[in-house]
Amino acid sequence: MLLLAGLVARAAGRLSRLLGRGGGTTLPGVILLRLRPNAIVEYSDRLTHGSVLISATNGKTTTTRLVVAAAESLGLRVVTNAEGSNLERGIAAAFLHGPRQAHIAILEVDEAALPAVARATRPHALVLMNLFRDQLDRYGELDTIVDMWRDLLADRSAVDGDCIVVINADDPNLGALGIDHQAAGGVVRWFGIDDTSRALPERAHAADATNCRRCGASISHDAVLVGHLGHWTCPNCGLTRPALDVAAASIEMRDFGQQVAMTMTGDAATVDSGELRGLHNTYNVAAAMATASALPHFDSATVADAVGRTGAAFGRGELIAAEGRWVDLLLAKNPTGVNQNIRTLLTETGDPLHLLVLLNDRTADGQDVSWIWDVDWEPLDGRLSRLTLSGDRSGDLALRFRYGGFDMADVHIEPDFVAAFNHALTATPDDAILHVLPTYTAMLDLRSELTRRGHVDAYWDEP
Amino acid sequence: MSPPTVRLCHLYPDLMNIYADRGNIAVFDRRLIWRGLKLEVTEVSLGEPIDGEFDLYYLGGGQDRDQDLVAEDLQTKATHLRTAADAGAAQLYVCGGIQLAGHGYVATNGDRLPGTGVLDLESIAGSTRLIGDLVIDATIGGETHRVVGYENHAGRTVLGAACTPLGRVVHGHGNDGSSGFEGAIRDRVVGTYLHGPLLPKNPWLADIVLSWALEHRYGPRVELEPIDDRLETQARSTAEARAGVTR
Repeated sequence: MLLLAGLVARAAGRLSRLLGRGGGTTLPGVILLRLRPNAIVEYSDRLTHGSVLISATNGKTTTTRLVVAAAESLGLRVVTNAEGSNLERGIAAAFLHGPRQAHIAILEVDEAALPAVARATRPHALVLMNLFRDQLDRYGELDTIVDMWRDLLADRSAVDGDCIVVINADDPNLGALGIDHQAAGGVVRWFGIDDTSRALPERAHAADATNCRRCGASISHDAVLVGHLGHWTCPNCGLTRPALDVAAASIEMRDFGQQVAMTMTGDAATVDSGELRGLHNTYNVAAAMATASALPHFDSATVADAVGRTGAAFGRGELIAAEGRWVDLLLAKNPTGVNQNIRTLLTETGDPLHLLVLLNDRTADGQDVSWIWDVDWEPLDGRLSRLTLSGDRSGDLALRFRYGGFDMADVHIEPDFVAAFNHALTATPDDAILHVLPTYTAMLDLRSELTRRGHVDAYWDEP
Repeated sequence: MSPPTVRLCHLYPDLMNIYADRGNIAVFDRRLIWRGLKLEVTEVSLGEPIDGEFDLYYLGGGQDRDQDLVAEDLQTKATHLRTAADAGAAQLYVCGGIQLAGHGYVATNGDRLPGTGVLDLESIAGSTRLIGDLVIDATIGGETHRVVGYENHAGRTVLGAACTPLGRVVHGHGNDGSSGFEGAIRDRVVGTYLHGPLLPKNPWLADIVLSWALEHRYGPRVELEPIDDRLETQARSTAEARAGVTR
C-alpha cells in the first residue's frame, strides 16, 4: 500500500511541475502523508544504515550537502532532501524521490520539526549544530527550541542508547544539553573550532546564549567565533565547553574558500575547499566531518576530499555569472547569519563593495522584520561603493541604515526587486561582484529571475 | 560647552533586548544628534545599582528565562524607578518591559514574577501567544496619532485606575486581545507591546518621550526642531498596508 500511495503522490508532484507551480518539492509529501501517515516510519525502516538528521538555525542545508557527498564517497546510496524542504512533508517527499534500496537517509530537519521526525526515524545519528535567534514570530522564543531539544534527547523512543548525537561544543546552550545527555549515558560526539586566530573582540549584540543554562550566571568567553559560538565557560557553576572529538584545528582562509586542518580522535585530515567561505562554513565542515565519522566504512582522507569538492547550497554564497558581472547570493535569515556574511565580505576584499539588500516579510522570511535592527550593518559604512535597498519592507531597511548613521543621499531605495536588481547590477562594473543579501523568499524570487534570464539552472535541477 | 543632554538609563540591555530594542535607543540618539543635542547612555544590569540621576529610563523585552532573572533583580531598583516616575522622569517600557513595570506577571509556568508597580497594571500569561502586526491610534496629551509595529507576547495585561491605555487597537491584539486597548500611560511613563522596533516608524512618539526627558532636566526651554521624516512616514504606511489597514 505504501507503493500505491507513493505512485499517487509522485504523479501529483509531476503535475505540479507541469503546471509551473515551482519545484513540486512539498506537494507529493503532503499527499503521501495524507494517504499514509506512517510513511516516514515505513520508509526509514527499510534503510540498511538508518537515518542521519541534521538541524540548526544556520548551516543545516549546506552541512547536509557535505554529509551526502561524504556518504556517497564511502559508497552509500543516499536519500536526501537536498531541495531544502525540511518539514515532515519535505522529508516524506525525499523518501518518495530517493533511490531504490537506499542505505541511508541524510536529512536536514527544521528545528521545530526535529522531535517528530526523530520519533519517526529513530536516527542512527542526530546532528545539533547551533541555535540562534530566528523567526520569533513563528517559534516564540529561542529557549522554546532549546527546551524542545532537551526533551528530545531524553526521549528514548526517538534517541536510543546507540544513537550518536553530534553536537557543536561551541554553542553554550547545546553544550549544556550534550553534557546532560552524556551524564544520562547517551553517546555524544563533540565538534567545534579550536583555532582562535579569527576570534572577535567581543560577543555580538545579537548573541543569545549569554547566561548559563544550568545556573543562570553570565557566561564568559575566552574566544568568540560566530555569534555566541566560541570557547565558553560559566565562572559561577563551572559548566564549560567540552573537549572536542572532531576539531577544526587550524584554518587558512583563501579567495572564496578555505583550507581546514581537522583533528579527529587518533586521526587527521585536511579539507581544501574552493567554495566554502567564512568561519560559519568552518563549522559546517567540522559538523560534516564529525557526522561522517559516524558512517560505516569511514575513511578520513576520502571524506575530506569529497567535502572539499562540495560547494554551499544554492543561495548561500553562490556566485552566478550574469551580464558580464558576478552575482553573489548570500541568504539573509537572521542577525547572526547576516553578521557573519558581512564579516566575510569585509575580510575577503579591501575594495569598495557593491551591495543589494532585499527584505521581504512573508511567512518563510519571518513576518516580524525587527531582526534587521540586531544586525551590525555599521561596519559597512565607508566600505560601500553602491548600496541598494529593496523588497516588501525596503522602507524598514532604509530606516535601519538611516539610524545606523549612513548617508542616505548615497543609498538607492527601490521596493520592486527586479528594478532594484537591474539598477544595482548596472552600477556594478564589468567583472566585479554584486553582493546580494536577500531574505529567503527574495532569494528564491531573484534566483528565479536569474534562471529566467538564462544565467543559472533552477534550484530543483541542480546536480 | 556641552549641548543639552538627555541622561538615559538603559535597564538590562544584555538580557532584555529580544525584539531589537537597541533600535529604540538608536532613534533617541540620532534624533537628538540631528538637533545638536546629545544622548548619554548608562547601562545597568543584574546586581548593579542605578547610580545617579536620569531623565529617561528604558526597559525592553526578554525571553521568559531572562525575564525571571531580571524580575528578581528589579525589586532592588523598584523604589528608585517609582520615585523617578513621580518626579517626572520619562520612562519607556516595551513588550516584557510593560509586564515588569506593573504589579506583577504570572508567567506561563504559573510562577508570579513581581513587578515594580510604576504602572498600575497586572499581567497574566495566556495559553496562546498574541503574534502579528499591531496598529493603534495612540493618544497623548489630547493628540491622537497612528502608531504601528509588531506584537509577540503571551501576557494579557489589565489596567488599574491609576493609568490609562496608550491607545485603541485598530488592527491586532493589544493588551489582552479583547479589550481593544493597547499599552498604558501615566505622567511621563509609557508602556506598550508594540515593537518592530517601536520608535523608528513612530517618530512622533519618540519626540514626545525625548521632549519629556529634556523637560525633566531643563524645564520647558529646549524646543525639538522638526525633522524631515519622509522615510519614517513611508515605512509606517507600508506597515499599515501590511496589516491591511487603510486610513
